[in-house]
Amino acid sequence: MSFWEYANPVKFLKLSGNLLPYCSTLAAIMILTGLGWGFFFTPDDYKQGATVKILYVHVPSAFVAINAWFMMLIASIVWLVRRHHVSALAAKAAAPIGIAMTVVGLVTGALWGQPMWGTWWEWDPKLTSFLILFLFYLGYIALWAAVEDPDTAADLTSVLCIVGSVFAALSRYATVFWNQGLHQDASLSIDKEEHVADVFYYPLIVVMAGFVLLFITLVLLNTRSEIMMRRASAIMARGKI
Amino acid sequence: MITLILRDLRIAVRAGGGFGLSLAFFFIIVIFFPFSIGPNLDLLSKVAPGTLWMGALLACLLSLERIFALDFEDGTLDLLATSPIPLEGVVIAKAFVHWLTTGLPLILLTPFLGVLLGLQTSGIIFLITSLIFGTPALSIIGTFGAALTVGIKRGGLLLSILVLPLYIPTLIFGAEAARRGSEGFEMQTSILLLLGVTLLSWAILPFAAASVLRINLR
Repeated sequence: MSFWEYANPVKFLKLSGNLLPYCSTLAAIMILTGLGWGFFFTPDDYKQGATVKILYVHVPSAFVAINAWFMMLIASIVWLVRRHHVSALAAKAAAPIGIAMTVVGLVTGALWGQPMWGTWWEWDPKLTSFLILFLFYLGYIALWAAVEDPDTAADLTSVLCIVGSVFAALSRYATVFWNQGLHQDASLSIDKEEHVADVFYYPLIVVMAGFVLLFITLVLLNTRSEIMMRRASAIMARGKI
Repeated sequence: MITLILRDLRIAVRAGGGFGLSLAFFFIIVIFFPFSIGPNLDLLSKVAPGTLWMGALLACLLSLERIFALDFEDGTLDLLATSPIPLEGVVIAKAFVHWLTTGLPLILLTPFLGVLLGLQTSGIIFLITSLIFGTPALSIIGTFGAALTVGIKRGGLLLSILVLPLYIPTLIFGAEAARRGSEGFEMQTSILLLLGVTLLSWAILPFAAASVLRINLR
């Protein structure tokens, strides 16, 4: 019994079909509990007031946005090495979710930044690298949409994902360097994880776990529908001949 | 490989090869910046390094599609793929020719444009240094993008969406080096980092570009 067995689309569909209800229910429960807990049962921050509660959406979405790219990278490498179609489709399925999470992270960040920093946007390394991540997602999705043959598209996007990861990492460090070049002190980037008090920390962990489960649920759903689309087009092709 | 480089050079320089086009484009873009910003030389000399970098990047982008498109259409690329030279070598030759026909003329034109934008002599020297170290990276990254989109009809717009994010590190380090140089700060770190990005690109991207070419020629 090996993990690779689930590279078989039939087995994958069966397993994911069994997992989906649990995943989705658990995700819903955890997000609702965490958000409810965070929004209504934690005190306001003494400096930031109620706006601190944006944390419960901002941090998990940013977390998922970055890790979705890592998941795509791993899935792309698996596809290039072992040629499992499910892997390529999972990478394709994760991209729209990743870009959506990036947008959520950016928008909630802007909403939080306006009252706290007095600006919607600042060319701070963290913000800039998130914007760059958004661009990389955009290119990846555009390439999937542009290539007609599915296997070619999977190959090309996989290579793009790997090369893109290298350059995204480079850009990350470039932005840190670039910003320090502008203002000497990184005045705006607060290291969130370390400064958060326990009161805020526990609900945050619950919401983050919920977001991760949500991501898994959505990826499974998207991958399933991709597999079914693939089957439908195969049947249609057969019907024409 | 030298034969291939000479052949591509001849094609590029010949009429219709588009050799002067990207150069003219660079010229026009840079000249248009004062029109949009205003004729204030103080302000212009401040944004000049960034402007020239941006112009070089866009001019480079414009000529990328031509790297593989013609060879792909008339089947030369298939012959090259089956020829004794490894496809990685073909990619390097193509990128090198692209740099010779785009990057190098841009660098030669830069002093004149720098004067137009009110840069001091020292600033121009630093700008040229950063361009010399940075434009080869633009060429090889662009060649990878061109290889990626070679099979796609009307892939020009897609090409820019794919390639521009990959240009970010080069642009940041290059423009930063030029800006620091023209403002009189030390620029060694950014130049070294820029050189690092360029060398890394030339080390890994020929393999990536060759592999996507093989996929596209399948």
